[in-house]
Amino acid sequence: MPAKGWIEVSHIYCKGCELCISACPPKVLKLDIDKLTSKGYHPAFIFKDGCTGCAICALVCPDAAITVYREISKAPTSMAGGGD
Amino acid sequence: MDATIANPENLVYSRPKGFTGTPTHYCPGCTHGTAHRLVAEVLEEMNILDKTIGVAPVGCAVFAYNYINTDFVEAAHGRAPAMATGIKRVLPDRVVFSYQGDGDLASIGMAETVHSAARGENITIIFINNAIYGMTGGQMAPTTLPGMKTTSSPNGRDVETQGYPIRMAEMLATLDGAGYIVRRSLHDPKNIRLAKKAIRIAFETQVHGLGFSMVELLSTCSTGWGVTPVQSLAWLEEHMIPAFPLGDYKIAPSVAALKF
Amino acid sequence: MEREMWKGNEAIAEAAVRTGLEAYFGYPITPQNEVLEYLSHRMPELGRAFVQAESEPAAINMVYGAACTGARVMTSSSSPGISLMQEGLSYIAGTEVPMVLVNVMRGGPGLGNIAPSQGDYNQICKGGGHGDYHPIVLAPASIQEAVDLMPVAFDLAHKYLTICTILIDGSIGQMMEPVQLPEMQPVTRKEYDWAVSGAKGRKRHVLSSIYLDVPTEEKVNLRILGRWREAQANEIRFKEYFLEDAEHIVIGFGTAGRIGLSAVRAARALGLKVGLFRPISVNPFPYKRVEELCKDAKSFLVVEMNTGQMLKDVQAAVRNRIPVRFYGRLGGVMPFPDEFVHEIQEMIRNPGKPEDDPADLWYLRMMAR
Repeated sequence: MPAKGWIEVSHIYCKGCELCISACPPKVLKLDIDKLTSKGYHPAFIFKDGCTGCAICALVCPDAAITVYREISKAPTSMAGGGD
Repeated sequence: MDATIANPENLVYSRPKGFTGTPTHYCPGCTHGTAHRLVAEVLEEMNILDKTIGVAPVGCAVFAYNYINTDFVEAAHGRAPAMATGIKRVLPDRVVFSYQGDGDLASIGMAETVHSAARGENITIIFINNAIYGMTGGQMAPTTLPGMKTTSSPNGRDVETQGYPIRMAEMLATLDGAGYIVRRSLHDPKNIRLAKKAIRIAFETQVHGLGFSMVELLSTCSTGWGVTPVQSLAWLEEHMIPAFPLGDYKIAPSVAALKF
Repeated sequence: MEREMWKGNEAIAEAAVRTGLEAYFGYPITPQNEVLEYLSHRMPELGRAFVQAESEPAAINMVYGAACTGARVMTSSSSPGISLMQEGLSYIAGTEVPMVLVNVMRGGPGLGNIAPSQGDYNQICKGGGHGDYHPIVLAPASIQEAVDLMPVAFDLAHKYLTICTILIDGSIGQMMEPVQLPEMQPVTRKEYDWAVSGAKGRKRHVLSSIYLDVPTEEKVNLRILGRWREAQANEIRFKEYFLEDAEHIVIGFGTAGRIGLSAVRAARALGLKVGLFRPISVNPFPYKRVEELCKDAKSFLVVEMNTGQMLKDVQAAVRNRIPVRFYGRLGGVMPFPDEFVHEIQEMIRNPGKPEDDPADLWYLRMMAR
């Protein structure tokens, strides 16, 4: 199973530049049009499943606004010997 | 989507300690922020934040000292390498770097840049090349491309009257005092990773006393170029990389042999 | 210590070394090249920092960097080079860090010549760069005096966190005189609570001269002014010769003052009751003392190697109470004592009125030569 990831985007630093949205491989990010940061930007957020915690969003973020978490799957990777 | 993953033992990346808590004033998507972040990460990873002194330029990054968490001084336009020289000569065991844009480094500061490299000053320069003057409203820079429209080349840079762009990495690589001169880019994840590696080697060059080091970083200016941040990455790839080829222009053998 | 023959520029350089100079950054320009050349071997010999920069702007900015660490740092230059350094001087003043500048004036304006002049008095006394600040300017009249003022210059620069200038001309830089140099002092770097050195064990320090917040910039200007006012109150220096019974006083600084002393001695030998007042601190200027001297003197003769720059400071103190006469030579021409004696005699014969413009009368005489 692929790793499961999660990110937190800080509303203090995010400027809604969309570089993370563009760079995200599974395309799980978009701007939250319903929210405004204190500087008037729409911040980025995870809107669907599929984040793998690859941290490419944090790599491209010019404002270091993103904190990335990744949980390595605990399921056995081999199908032999039965699965769950 | 599972937010319960967000606990300390699953942490992969968080804001570097080399950053202060101050939000930057840079335009959304400006790769100044990315470059700052890479410098902050490298200094933290090398554990030299508390023996580093930065020299801020005049340009968009004039307030770099508000964001990178080290001692800092503010230089006059173009004079950062001279200030860095003054500091490094009296404090040779500290790490001294300057962070400069294309006007600061290649226009008014050209002499200071060339001579600090020629003298082989053990300083590190992070050179942000976005082919335009940002802070003052988008004028032509020494690195502006032929035909490129700026506020002081409104019909596009006319090489007949306004000359050609300058390739700094190639030029400085001809100097014997230079230990590590490379050009990288910040337009996509792979190149950002390569840029970070180069910044690390540059600072290691300084720490090991192996001469002048400079990392030229092709960067975006979506405001100056008149495109969105995401579009600016493509603009860089399409227009700037052909004019300013990425690569290693000078790696002294002693630098190539470094292991860290 | 015994007296030795030293060239002015080299004695000044060695005096700086002996008072704990840690770093020198300079650029060649005549007539002060010997400062740079001497230090190019003396500083490395002592393991201290020396760089011949690529230009004067580069040199002053290297000084700026080193000054931010609190080190004792110096540069030297001459007229056109000082012009090039003005941006850096303003930054140093605005960042409120200390440095010593040796300013060896030559003929100007423009490229001028390499002969001695005093034509840059206004340039350095009124700031030496853009903005509202005042360097402390000391004007020795001999090599010994310059050597004696070197430790003073560093102490004042570090006490008032400002630029302290030793203002001489090419003749003092080039001449050779017997000099007694001070004992070698060790290099001691003071721990300043503002200096940059790597933020180990403390909060980080940021040194800058930019203050976008306008009220804050005003406060900074007032802070700089406050230290200047302290210097005005405490750092007045001058020398007086034959003033006890003087009826007429010659006023001159530096080399013009020294030639004035020869003239005063010659005039005294002729039975004329003249004396010399020689400001040593030309910034802050000894206005109060000049004003006091107005009470008993019949007239002043201001002598300079320019068109009348210190003259304005004298006039500000005199305020038309007594006649002021002016005599100047320009463009690198050095006056002889007998020219001053002639002026003294003319002044006694024909003192003029307090409201006469001394520059007018002098100019007419110069054009009539």
